[in-house]
Amino acid sequence: MFDFIVSKYNYWISIVLMMIGLYGMIAKKNLVKKIIGMNIFQVSVFLFYISMGKIKGGTAPIYWEKAVIYDNPIPHVLILTAIVVSISTTAVALAIIILIYKKFGTIEEDKILELMEKENRR
Amino acid sequence: MVDLLLLVLLVIFALYAVYETDLLSSVVILSAFSLIMTIVWTRLNAVDVAFTEASVGAGVSTIIFLSALSRTKRREEITRNGKKLNIYNFLASLIVIFTGSVLIYGTFDMPDFGDFDAPVNNAIAPRYIYGSMAELGIKNFVTSILAAYRGYDTLGETTVIFTAGVAVVILLRRRDL
Repeated sequence: MFDFIVSKYNYWISIVLMMIGLYGMIAKKNLVKKIIGMNIFQVSVFLFYISMGKIKGGTAPIYWEKAVIYDNPIPHVLILTAIVVSISTTAVALAIIILIYKKFGTIEEDKILELMEKENRR
Repeated sequence: MVDLLLLVLLVIFALYAVYETDLLSSVVILSAFSLIMTIVWTRLNAVDVAFTEASVGAGVSTIIFLSALSRTKRREEITRNGKKLNIYNFLASLIVIFTGSVLIYGTFDMPDFGDFDAPVNNAIAPRYIYGSMAELGIKNFVTSILAAYRGYDTLGETTVIFTAGVAVVILLRRRDL
């Protein structure tokens, strides 16, 4: 049982982080808070990938004469790409939030929905 | 043991970043979260990812958040309309707990952490590791995969950054709102 927990806890903690991010995205009304939740969600996925590529006793994937095993470099490459994509999504999302604030004067989801309904009634 | 401690610290910081109502401190906590993540990645031997995270995740991302906060509101407004909000939060946590347990159940079938025989580590990784020095003469395997073997991925990534940059400029220059 102890071995089982030791062999899986990295995955479990990345899933816990993912669920914290998901909760922030669906339960919080503030739009910036939703983006913070999204960031945590993305980072948890990165942790999951890198954990899969780790090999017991492996060294960093850089050539070394004494190395016996290297860690898997492919997840590292994928995550390098994914970090850049995540910063792009964050930037565009925050730019849209700034526009929403200019138009409605608030970044709370429920208030924006109320204001939109009022506008539609006119 | 250090790894477990760092991971628990990550969970605490993430919880605090989502819980805190002052958005400024929430963003700063998120930056600290990224820095701890950097240490975790160094521990997992992902050095390239570690310094990308330190510069992009803890640096640029925080700056973008702060500049967005300076143009909007700093504090999260909590609207207390009693029962309705509570039911909403309860349903959200129910969905989150359900999804989390299903995902954790899914990890039972996954190969162990650090397993050499896992399919992820045997499909194409050895080809790149042996080829990097023999075919390209690059010592850092991550660089050789990023720039040579999977160069088109990187081209796509650059396209994404360019598109995002153009989109942000177009959005922030709108004057008709």
